[in-house]
Amino acid sequence: MGLEGGRVTLADAANLHTFVDAAHFIANNTGFLATKALEQLALSGAALGIALAVALPLGVLLGHFHRGSTIAIGASIVGRGLPSLVLIAAFLTVLGIGFVNNMVALAVLGSGPLLTNSYDGVERVDRDAVEAARGMGMTGWQVLRGVELPLAIPLIFTGIRVAAVTIVATAPIAAIAGGGGLGDIIVNQASYRLSGVLGASICVMLLSALVFVALTGVQIAVTPRGVRRTSVVGEPQRREL
Amino acid sequence: MSLLIGDTVIPSFGKGSSCVTGDHTFCWDWVREHWGDTLGPALWQHIELTAIAVVIGFAIAFPLALLAHRFRKLEQPFGIFSALLYTIPSLALFQFLVPFTGLTVTTVEIALVAYTLVILFPNIAQGLNSAPPDVLEAARGMGLTRLQTLTRVELPLAVPAIVGGLRIAVVSTVAIATIAAFLLPKGLGYPIFLALKEPTPFKTEIYSAGALAVALAIGCDGLLVGLRRVLVPWVSKGVA
Repeated sequence: MGLEGGRVTLADAANLHTFVDAAHFIANNTGFLATKALEQLALSGAALGIALAVALPLGVLLGHFHRGSTIAIGASIVGRGLPSLVLIAAFLTVLGIGFVNNMVALAVLGSGPLLTNSYDGVERVDRDAVEAARGMGMTGWQVLRGVELPLAIPLIFTGIRVAAVTIVATAPIAAIAGGGGLGDIIVNQASYRLSGVLGASICVMLLSALVFVALTGVQIAVTPRGVRRTSVVGEPQRREL
Repeated sequence: MSLLIGDTVIPSFGKGSSCVTGDHTFCWDWVREHWGDTLGPALWQHIELTAIAVVIGFAIAFPLALLAHRFRKLEQPFGIFSALLYTIPSLALFQFLVPFTGLTVTTVEIALVAYTLVILFPNIAQGLNSAPPDVLEAARGMGLTRLQTLTRVELPLAVPAIVGGLRIAVVSTVAIATIAAFLLPKGLGYPIFLALKEPTPFKTEIYSAGALAVALAIGCDGLLVGLRRVLVPWVSKGVA
């Protein structure tokens, strides 16, 4: 793949050695790294909170009324195709450097999968189940609370998980726009050297993996037992009818 | 404002117009002036980074998917592995590879190929498995061998899913390739990266490079939709 001969520094050549140095960096700076990790989690949590507050109800309502499929499709494109660096840089020019611009950019990024999945989850609930609930005299709100939301939970939660992992994984890039967190170390090789950059990168990977595993666990825990083995689009839940 | 003209020149903005020195929202004259030395090359490098990653990713994912199609048990382990791989932040993965391959295009391409694999493999495998049982039954009834069934029935039926996977892979790769700018002075991420490093980020550079990245993603997606229309014209539009 020798497309172009990049420069290879001395540090690059001694690769195993670098990993040992990185391990030392992690061992010697656990407190600092933990602070930075918490900073990153705070930023990610705030962004996810905004995305949850805006995108989730919007997706659920659009799905409930079977409206706005273009919005849902558009959101999925935004989630995937809009480069995070572009988003962060664009919000920086509007909102200035610091916490807020990164929070908003990450919230927009996370809103994509949230909106798409909550819309899909509710919209695709078996029409027969909804009809039956209506026939029993349930109001629209009761149908949403008692039938559509429980059946949509697997898909909605997948959306939450994807959004959370996307936000946590993108947060290091926010460091370039004053977002803080572990990314501060990664983008500052001049101060922390390759061992620090590598150590922080490994911490970032672990953090994302941790969020992924933790949320998968929560997802399994919160999914109603009746929906666990059936898909949202599948057979109507006889027990609930 | 007019006092500033010809008086002070802010270093990296060069000798720009009042629009540029004043950092107005968008300066077409900057875009025209720097298309040749900044935006054009960055766009071309971005296309190159993306194309190499997707072509190599496809060349690896396709045989792997054929293998998984033949031996179905391989599918699940690879699925779990790829889900985990996709949670790895691109910036961290790039840095993680630096000790092995240095600050090179190779480093960036290894990471990009890994991400395309994660998208392409499940899509191709799913496409190959999507042939309805009665169609396969009919193929066997007509006396087709396993290889003939694959090439004449399963592969043509898998084309929409394969193109769908390629669309996602290309769009994601265009997005992730902007992060390569943290390692290399290449791609559309680099002008943005430089603009962000300024004390006051230069808006026109951010907007123009960002718009080009988004346009590139949309353009590639459109090309692949066109490709699908040519390859499988019977598939109704709207099916990804």
